[in-house]
Amino acid sequence: MELTGAEILIESLKREGVDILFGIPGGAVISIFDRLYDEKEIRFILVRHEQAAAHAADGYARASGKTGVCIATSGPGATNLVTGIATAYMDSVPLVALTGQVGTPMIGSDAFQEADITGITRPITKHSYLVKDVRNLARSVKEAFHIASTGRPGPVLIDLPVDIVRASTDFTYPEKAEIRGYRPNYDGHPRQIKKVAEAITEAKRPVICAGGGVIISGAAKELRELAEKVQTPVITTLLGLGAFPSDHPLSLGMPGMHGTYYANIAITECDLLISIGARFDDRVTGKVEAFAPHAKIVHIDIDPAAISKNVAVDIPVVGDAKRILVELNRIVKKKERSEWNERLDFLKRKYPLQYEKSDKVIKPQYVVEQIYEATKGEAIITTEVGQNQMWAAQYFKYSKPRSYISSGGLGTMGYGFPAAIGAQIARPDAIVFDIAGDGSFQMNIQELATVVQYKLPVKVAILNNRFLGMVRQWQELFFNKRYSATFFEALPDFAKVAEAYGVKGLSITDPKDVRAAIEEAISTDGPVVLDFHVDWEEKVFPMVPAGKAINEMIERMA
Amino acid sequence: MKHTISVLVENRFGVLARISGLFSSRAFNIDSLSVGETEDPTVSRMTIVVGGDERVLEQVTKQLNRLIDVIKVSDLTGENFVERELLLIKVAATPSIRSEIMQIVDIFRAKIVDISPTTLTIEATGGEQKIDAIIGMLRPFGIKEIARTGKVAMPREFRGKV
Ligand SMILES: Cc1ncc(C[n+]2csc(CCOP(=O)(O)OP(=O)(O)O)c2C)c(N)n1
Repeated sequence: MELTGAEILIESLKREGVDILFGIPGGAVISIFDRLYDEKEIRFILVRHEQAAAHAADGYARASGKTGVCIATSGPGATNLVTGIATAYMDSVPLVALTGQVGTPMIGSDAFQEADITGITRPITKHSYLVKDVRNLARSVKEAFHIASTGRPGPVLIDLPVDIVRASTDFTYPEKAEIRGYRPNYDGHPRQIKKVAEAITEAKRPVICAGGGVIISGAAKELRELAEKVQTPVITTLLGLGAFPSDHPLSLGMPGMHGTYYANIAITECDLLISIGARFDDRVTGKVEAFAPHAKIVHIDIDPAAISKNVAVDIPVVGDAKRILVELNRIVKKKERSEWNERLDFLKRKYPLQYEKSDKVIKPQYVVEQIYEATKGEAIITTEVGQNQMWAAQYFKYSKPRSYISSGGLGTMGYGFPAAIGAQIARPDAIVFDIAGDGSFQMNIQELATVVQYKLPVKVAILNNRFLGMVRQWQELFFNKRYSATFFEALPDFAKVAEAYGVKGLSITDPKDVRAAIEEAISTDGPVVLDFHVDWEEKVFPMVPAGKAINEMIERMA
Repeated sequence: MKHTISVLVENRFGVLARISGLFSSRAFNIDSLSVGETEDPTVSRMTIVVGGDERVLEQVTKQLNRLIDVIKVSDLTGENFVERELLLIKVAATPSIRSEIMQIVDIFRAKIVDISPTTLTIEATGGEQKIDAIIGMLRPFGIKEIARTGKVAMPREFRGKV
């Protein structure tokens, strides 16, 4: 039977198990939206800015493990997706972005709302398709979902010229995607895994560094088994938060620029560093020459290009973290606790994460702690970028994968709120909090309308310091308190803004009211915006100044 | 150090842009790049000459391999391989010095492909050294224009010891 391009697209999406789509319509995609109008199996979420569509699809993917899908019209609709696509690319999130395009005869003529979106997104997509023949459409969709979700996941864009969407052809959906240039390697090489097992046995001061790859591959259980079997402490990177329970005795928390003292010391002193699904980002390594200077480095990663990119690796193992850990757990010899464990436990007790408590002014860290306690840790936390992101990483104890959702690689302000929308849709029964900064929240504040329209009970906790706080912190510490362009002389009353959208809004200025406000937000059926007026001078500590070695931490300034 | 990399890619719209984009976005330097169809019309071969140390090369190879349209990447450097480049060079040549130029052309087993009262255009093929040498020999006569294809390369079939 002949179907139109629009029908083929929708049918193909259904075959891929897509039941949710985020986006905004426009001329070039109007026939696709016409098909969606009667569609029962795919729910459409109309966001208020395409950037939010990409972030929401990304948040949906991170919360569920499924591929997120967003759609935008040609030209400005497509270019508005760019930041969202780049965000997903940096953090290896499976995403399919559908964009409208001018008709094939018009391509290249600077037609109305034409943008070369496959060209623009080439460096920030895992792959892309410009469909020039309706007969290739179904196969392109099949391949796009396959590529987005396998190997090291990432965004794939499908550009759909308007005439292709209207043309018709016979529809058959391919059983399998056959791509000769794409065969991800899943099983680690047995010889390499054996070397890792031996290195663990020999090591006196081993440490594991778990990244986002552990969560993506669903290897949290296997990671815990390994850590316990060989009594090796575990560091979790920003994207790895939740891969290992933070309250586990072997947990050392986060490494790097705002990592814990003991995690950074562990890396600096260890004789074996086993990195699993983490890519040695410069925010983790600090000065590379001084990173893990005494360690043999094992790197387990599905992406061969991640290995030895930033840090020279002694034992690379290319493959899926879960499969490799299963094999490693099978062959590695059990180990007992050692002096090394004692030393790290001592450092953990001696140098805990801490901040100065206050009963006069709200400390942002306190807000995060209270969210943790009020939700008993059973929440999905998304974050914006800046201090809020770091405090959310430090003071909420993540114990489950997919519970901390944050833009790590790109550091995209404005990510957290739309990502919370996606996460809430993926996990309707979960409590979802966006821990936000006043600067970041303003970047996608328009999505308040979306949470109202779709009755999404997302909670936003603004740690409102009236500043672009993280930049202000750098200015305070390294630029003689010259607060260039970081103070918001004009700032809206966020609670009133929320109310104007039809969202419950609360302003909290007294530390005594923090817990009650959080409880109220949790017990409210719908969305809530909590505007916490926090101590504007509070800073994120510890801190490794940019370019310094990670053991050269600043603890606190007078 | 220079490396010659042979890359088999899907013969498809946009592939060249992906490859050149990869080099520019990762700040790798391309010395030369040549593309052409292979015996299989759905596959093209690119021969890329890049400079850089071992680490750069390792990244180049790995990043190329990450591209979905890349089927196979081989670094020919250090292997036994045949490489050739085609050169077209136009030199100033008044009738009185033509014969001198033609001698050089003979020595390099090159060919004259165009002639005018004041110029000669010469075609030469060979490895990089030969091409550089012929350009060097012709330079004193006055080079008007040069076009080089960049290298194409292929591993030698017989690799055993004799
Ligand atoms: C889109 C974008 N623009 C600029 C930046 C640079 N930047 C990093 S943190 C930051 C300040 C964030 O301020 P706010 O959202 O209020 O959070 P706070 O640090 O105060 O918690 C800025 C401007 C960024 N990361 N993303």
